[in-house]
Amino acid sequence: MIPLREIAFARSGDKGDSANVAVFARTPAAYAWLRANLTAAAVEGYFKPLGVGTVARYEVPNLEALNFVLPGVLAGGGSRSLRIDSQGKALAMALLELAVDYPGAGRGAAGAPQSP
Amino acid sequence: MERPLKIANASGFWGDQPDAAARLVAAAPDIDFLTLDYLAEVSLSIMAILRERDSRAGYARDFVDVVGSLCPSWARGAGTRVVTNAGGLDPEGCARACLGVLRAAGLPRIRVAVVTGDDVLPALRAAPGGFANAETGAPLSDVAPRLATANAYLGYGPIAEAIRGGADIVVTGRVADPSLTVGPCAAAFGWGPGDHDRLAGATVAGHVIECGTQACGGISTDWLEVPGNQDIGFPVAEVSPDGSFVVTKPAGTGGAVTVQAVKEQLLYEIGDPGRYLSPDATVSLLSLRVAQAGPDRVSVSGASGRAPTDTYKVSATYRDGFKAHGMVTVFGHDAVRKARQAGEGVLKRLRAAGCAYREHLVECLGTGASVRGIVSRMSDTHLVETVLRVSVAADERAPVERFAREIAPLVTCGPQGVTGYSTGRPRVLPVFGYWPTLIAKSAVSPASRILGEAGP
Repeated sequence: MIPLREIAFARSGDKGDSANVAVFARTPAAYAWLRANLTAAAVEGYFKPLGVGTVARYEVPNLEALNFVLPGVLAGGGSRSLRIDSQGKALAMALLELAVDYPGAGRGAAGAPQSP
Repeated sequence: MERPLKIANASGFWGDQPDAAARLVAAAPDIDFLTLDYLAEVSLSIMAILRERDSRAGYARDFVDVVGSLCPSWARGAGTRVVTNAGGLDPEGCARACLGVLRAAGLPRIRVAVVTGDDVLPALRAAPGGFANAETGAPLSDVAPRLATANAYLGYGPIAEAIRGGADIVVTGRVADPSLTVGPCAAAFGWGPGDHDRLAGATVAGHVIECGTQACGGISTDWLEVPGNQDIGFPVAEVSPDGSFVVTKPAGTGGAVTVQAVKEQLLYEIGDPGRYLSPDATVSLLSLRVAQAGPDRVSVSGASGRAPTDTYKVSATYRDGFKAHGMVTVFGHDAVRKARQAGEGVLKRLRAAGCAYREHLVECLGTGASVRGIVSRMSDTHLVETVLRVSVAADERAPVERFAREIAPLVTCGPQGVTGYSTGRPRVLPVFGYWPTLIAKSAVSPASRILGEAGP
């Protein structure tokens, strides 16, 4: 098992009480794997402790990305939420810690994170 | 115009780097337009509160300082024009303050325009049976008596009109963030409302640069590897007449414009990427092509647009009680257990004193509290230090005021090692509920007007 961040990068943002987490594959092979394995249900299960509703997943093949929309994950969002992360700034970082069973796991096989 | 239009972003939010505009113009004098975004979802409600105490506080006064910072370059003949939503609830007041600064600097030739028509609060107040919450479906009547602001996200039309009329500075209230970029493009290239793909391309350009440095390595997943990450430059979109564009940044600034950074920003705060709704076009991001076109240059092309919907999105806010957050640091063995007991003790004392809260929260920062229950790298018992953060919310102000007085006593009645209490008593903050809804475009009258030459 490896953390998702070894095969993907991501960014999260808020919209009212919802947030989105966009996950981008670091390699074409990683995109194929993510598409098959990083399901809406998996992401929903992962964020359950934050009270997320039904997660929607959108495929963005031209960017080798999956966009997840997480309703109700911000405990009220923006001005209302009492949480330290009221705007979901940490959600992408959190998802990138997900342990994934990527075939041939290890930095070599997954492709080391690219320098920008 | 045949050459690409160079549009920079110099403010991604209200509170961004105050010298970004002046630095951009100094580093890249050939920038045609600076765009400055000040309005997040609830910014207008903050302005509404500030305005209750000070009638001049209905707009982002920071922008008036930005205008002052640009005066020396205008005095030297620079032709940089500026488009901003800093007008907030009072675009006229903001524009007049800008005129005052220009007059004091001896720059009467700089023309300031104002865009109005976004304030739809009267329409909502008049029809509490309509304007259901676009996310929850709840009827407006639930919150109508407590409405604080309601503003439609206007499109590029009035901005382009002001620029075509000769405005050097365009001050708007609420407009869709990307429209700050679409307006100059439509004016320069002569686009009309039917140019869906071109409008879509410029909308995507505006979306990529609207959060400032986030397009150039800011908040990148791999931020530690971003070169020059301590002084990341602000982005420039070079938009071509066909709506395709190159994202870049001025030479000599930190950060990096890479495919990775631009991709991350393309999907920032996006729902369905096949149907990104702006007042200017309904955009699909699924046909975009993104490629590195040189060092710190990323090209984005292929945006496809359809006719926009016949409604404007409205961001309304309503008063929803009060909240406060108190923080102290707890150092020593068993820091997290101590912090949690101390925080819960504060709430217990308050309850005993008769205070009731509709919501409360005790967080121990350092334990993965940002996403509590999801990521925890180490057992809490190994932490030698944590920041205790206690929060409450109530419909009335009084119990929250009382809470604000109960944090400091932890310095003497809490565990040994309570420290870091130096920022004073927690501030009692008004809470605003967010009410997204839609309004027919036919019910809104966007307009622009040049305020006249600087002078009495």
